[in-house]
Amino acid sequence: MTVSAKSGNVIVKYLPVYFTLLAIAALEVVIAYQHFSTGSLLAILLALAFCGGTLAMRYFMHLAQETRGLFLTLIPALLFVLLMMNMSWSDSLRLLHMRPFAH
Amino acid sequence: MSETDIAVHGHGPEVEASPYAIPSRKLATWLFVISDAATFGVLLFGYGYLRTASSDWPTPFQFRPSILNVLIMTFVLVTSSLTMLGAVDSAKTGDKAKTARFLWSTILLGVIFAGLHIREWFGLIDEGVRLFQNPWGSPLFGATFFAITGMHLLHVIGGVVAIAVIARKFDNGRLTAGHVETVGIYWHFVDLVWMFVVPLVYLLNISR
Repeated sequence: MTVSAKSGNVIVKYLPVYFTLLAIAALEVVIAYQHFSTGSLLAILLALAFCGGTLAMRYFMHLAQETRGLFLTLIPALLFVLLMMNMSWSDSLRLLHMRPFAH
Repeated sequence: MSETDIAVHGHGPEVEASPYAIPSRKLATWLFVISDAATFGVLLFGYGYLRTASSDWPTPFQFRPSILNVLIMTFVLVTSSLTMLGAVDSAKTGDKAKTARFLWSTILLGVIFAGLHIREWFGLIDEGVRLFQNPWGSPLFGATFFAITGMHLLHVIGGVVAIAVIARKFDNGRLTAGHVETVGIYWHFVDLVWMFVVPLVYLLNISR
């Protein structure tokens, strides 16, 4: 196999991931125009973004091809930090209800 | 190990093996990416906090021009990730000409993305959005919008510059395929962050 042919193959190999990411982006826009409550819309959009992010990290950034140790060092720590940030939601909701004329 | 041994063999035998069986530069890039992901996480959670706590958060984004523009920007950025994959693969196989073509394609797509982004900014500025005021509601909308998208734009511009430097030096033979791979990880991360910025900053604030 020639060098050029090998390079062309990698594009073809990742085309399904590429089209899936574009489809997720289009689906997000379609869903955003449906009549969901803000909370439901946020949950759906975040779930789709998480799927897209996982695909990008796994296939584009080749995390799937690295050692399990690298994955276990990086990703759980990041997820822990991001999950801990969720503690701020209760305070922001409290602020909303403390407003005298909040809807 | 005696000083004579070190003089003859260098420090090589005393240096530990690379952790996770990857080069140090790649590990450093991964650590940077993870810490940067936490930075974007803070910005997005801060935005979420303010949005939830405000009863009059503006929802200014109409399908034309904003959402359509965002869709085109997403297409451009995801396509640039594909060309970056081609560049990394070409670099690993030693095809310098093809690597250069893929890298400069990625740069071009990055510049188009930045141009579209700046056009979006000017559109909002023309409508009266400033850092701490806007015609629609909560004055913090502009601060969060410009902070998050500006931080991302800064990453795109930084990535374009880094790719240009690496493209030039790889072509000269001063850098290796490992460097192309490292900048590739960074570029895909920029793409990944955009996947979270679009739904949270734009799609949650569409005008109905």
